[in-house]
Amino acid sequence: MSNTITINNKPVTVTEEQRSMSLLTFLRENQFLHGVKNGCEKGLCGSCTISLDDRAVRSCKMTVEKALGKSVITVEGMEYEDGTIHPLQQAFIDAGAVQCGFCTPGMIMSSYTLLLKNPNPSREEVRKALRGNLCRCTGYQQIVDAVQLAAKYIEEQGLSPLAGCLR
Amino acid sequence: MAEGKTFRNDGYAKVTGRATYADDISFAGTLHMVPVYADYVAAKNVVIDSSKAEALPGCIRVLTAKDVPGITNFGQIEQDYPMLITDTIRSWGDVLALTVAETREIALAAAALVEITADPIKPVLTMEEALSPYARTVPSYGDSNIVVHHKMRHGNPDPLFDECELIIEEDFTTQMIEQGYMEPESAICVPRSDGVIEIYGSMQHPFSTRRFTGALLGEPLSNIEVYTIAVGGGFGGKDDTAAIVCARAALGARILRRPVKMTYTREWSIRESYKRHPYKLHYKVGVTSEGLIKAVKTEMYADSGAYLSVTPWVTWRSTAQCCGPYAVDNVHADVYGVATNNLFTGAMRGFGSPQVNFATEQIIDMIAEKLKMHPLGVRRINMVKQGSTTVTGQVLDDHTVSMEEVMNNTVHEIGYRKKFEKCSLGKSDSDELYGIGLAISYRGASLGAEGMDFCSAIINGQYDGSILVETGIHENGQGSDSVMMMVLAEELGTNLKRIRYKRSSTSNIPDSGSTVATRGTIMGSSSIVLAAKQFKELLSKHLAERLKCTPEEVTFHGDKIWGLTYDQSLTWEEAMKELFLQRVTPYAFGTFQAPDVSWDETNGQGNAYFTYVYSCQAAEVSVNKKTGKIKLLNIVASHDIGKAINKAMLLGQIYGGITQGVGYALMEEVTSEEGRTTSLNFDKYKIPRTTDLPEMTGIVVENYDPHSLTGAKGIGEPALELIAPAIANAVHNATGIRCKSLPLTINPEDLA
Repeated sequence: MSNTITINNKPVTVTEEQRSMSLLTFLRENQFLHGVKNGCEKGLCGSCTISLDDRAVRSCKMTVEKALGKSVITVEGMEYEDGTIHPLQQAFIDAGAVQCGFCTPGMIMSSYTLLLKNPNPSREEVRKALRGNLCRCTGYQQIVDAVQLAAKYIEEQGLSPLAGCLR
Repeated sequence: MAEGKTFRNDGYAKVTGRATYADDISFAGTLHMVPVYADYVAAKNVVIDSSKAEALPGCIRVLTAKDVPGITNFGQIEQDYPMLITDTIRSWGDVLALTVAETREIALAAAALVEITADPIKPVLTMEEALSPYARTVPSYGDSNIVVHHKMRHGNPDPLFDECELIIEEDFTTQMIEQGYMEPESAICVPRSDGVIEIYGSMQHPFSTRRFTGALLGEPLSNIEVYTIAVGGGFGGKDDTAAIVCARAALGARILRRPVKMTYTREWSIRESYKRHPYKLHYKVGVTSEGLIKAVKTEMYADSGAYLSVTPWVTWRSTAQCCGPYAVDNVHADVYGVATNNLFTGAMRGFGSPQVNFATEQIIDMIAEKLKMHPLGVRRINMVKQGSTTVTGQVLDDHTVSMEEVMNNTVHEIGYRKKFEKCSLGKSDSDELYGIGLAISYRGASLGAEGMDFCSAIINGQYDGSILVETGIHENGQGSDSVMMMVLAEELGTNLKRIRYKRSSTSNIPDSGSTVATRGTIMGSSSIVLAAKQFKELLSKHLAERLKCTPEEVTFHGDKIWGLTYDQSLTWEEAMKELFLQRVTPYAFGTFQAPDVSWDETNGQGNAYFTYVYSCQAAEVSVNKKTGKIKLLNIVASHDIGKAINKAMLLGQIYGGITQGVGYALMEEVTSEEGRTTSLNFDKYKIPRTTDLPEMTGIVVENYDPHSLTGAKGIGEPALELIAPAIANAVHNATGIRCKSLPLTINPEDLA
């Protein structure tokens, strides 16, 4: 069995003791990926959402072991190597979807996996896809705006929906 | 889609995961602190045995009240909150000890080994019990469970009720709710070599944090430096409790001489932090046959819980705004704060007005129904207008009183009049009942007669033409830093890129009060305008000669500084360099003092606030006959905020405030059993999700406010305070059922 996880397109070797840790703790404490947020530790708020093989997953609810051999993308993996940001990230800024920012990384990762499957989601589809991500600041309206705006950016500017680290 | 692009100076950091919140920070040698609770709601003769915990390998210390060098009990008004328990437990959220260990896991394991014994006391869990003449006195101070009583005596309502065509006499209750910020409390404190304790915390009031910490450590304020970092929401909830989390970590850092981190779980956060006050409200309202409200008598009781916090201020706002935005000539109000052994209650966005509005805005619809008048008509007859006298005796003649304009906007946008005629009132051929409802409010901006109201700003020009700015307003996520930058750019006629918002610390900017009470924009931006005025005067004085004009003739626009003719101008780079060559520091410090307010506590009369925000929100609902489920179909909100500075962020405040109000209306409640909180995480404490909300429309009304130096007022709290009664009115118009308690519930059997 594999003893590595691909994190933001780079292989990371996992030790025996780390296998039983929560993936959230591993990403935050061992990998210093602080964009993965801890809001409830019970899989209820979505702040710790990551992409695991292109599916939105709560990293607090799974162990490191379950991620072995798989590809994890966190919000840190969304920007490109040259420091420019993914259309989703730009759209979150432009649409006013960011306030306190604590839910933002999880929102972006859930939106990312949505756009991979559905490049042109309706507002209802966006709402359904983000049902598991709580936000207390925005009332979600401008977050829905942002996801649709990102879809527009990708389509109109012929951009790739893939995370920056995969390019 | 929001109009135009948004400006957020922290946008890039927040979308890339780079924004640093308290728990993201670590220093070499950081120790971890964990709170120790006991399963008592009320108890005395507390004995703490930490020997087993301290024997655990890796556990450095267990700190208790005995280790506190300063004072253990503190508070914003009464010094009654025990940052660590000495002898008496008054609530299930009380903290008895702090374990400090090399790792969080060890600190958690040690916390489980701390043994606490005490003699339990029967807790006082309802306001009725607390008010009984035989009740035990809960607070540590005074001799009564009535911890505050505000009175309003405006005219004399008693003799007028007999002359009234209609008397409405009703009771309403509202529930306890949690602020629900997404980031739980966290702090990391570092002992610095110069003797200062540095604090990086998830709190919304650095100066309050410094006061709590100074008290616990027994040290002067100058020994404590609180830095601003990213905060994951506050909504009023990150004052006392969050400050105390910082103070406790500081205690550990001071005693153990190492950095100490204390990060709360969601469960600890909900168990310990103060909540929104549950209210019981009684109203007697006398109305003429034409719908004019002649007389109001009201009594309200707010559950303050075990500690006072800001209960006197919250209940004061309920008193000052006890009749909603209606100019009633005869009002007697008695508003009480009551101590119990429940979790303590304090500040939350809205601050004593959501409870009142829930009652008053339903009463208006009840009047309309009884008198067979239109709900808009009853509102129009009674609402404050230009020159009206409020229930506190304040004449509203020095700003635009736009209550009617704001209501008309919402009514028109949602199509209220036509839709009101189509309401089901309990009768429908299908399973869905349809209703529309609205509510209006006015809200005193900023602190009002609650407190001292002033704010400072510093502008610090640099040699290369770049500019640093800071104010005493704290960025909690609402976007205040961005607003301050935009106002400064406007005042100086510069490009925003030239300006950087300086990360503030309590050792640099003077105490400017809390970022609460919808005062960030009005107070902060006004202080910027004053500082910018001084800054421009200084620059004009020293650049006039080079620009071949008098100082009065110097102007600032197009990212340049100008003399009288197009060929006389300086870039900011040239201008700043010129000042340095003249050995002049391009620096300005401005303090904005809020206009005078007044208050007589004996009769509740005075100029309560220097200006008001006017609001109207409407909601459309459907209620399922078989399940009683309430579904929101549409929401429109209109607010007169004076002037919009960052439009998309302003709309974000409106949508976000409405959404918190939707939670208040339909789903949120802190539940408990025998004083022990049972809704400790988001499985039991449900807040609105994406699918619980309809599309919303926000309408911004801009009547420039003469009391604000930018014309802007604020939006934080007005956005939240009135959607619950709008929804309640809509639910009534759908079902014919009047819900007088929150959260609203419809029993399908009642629809049969």
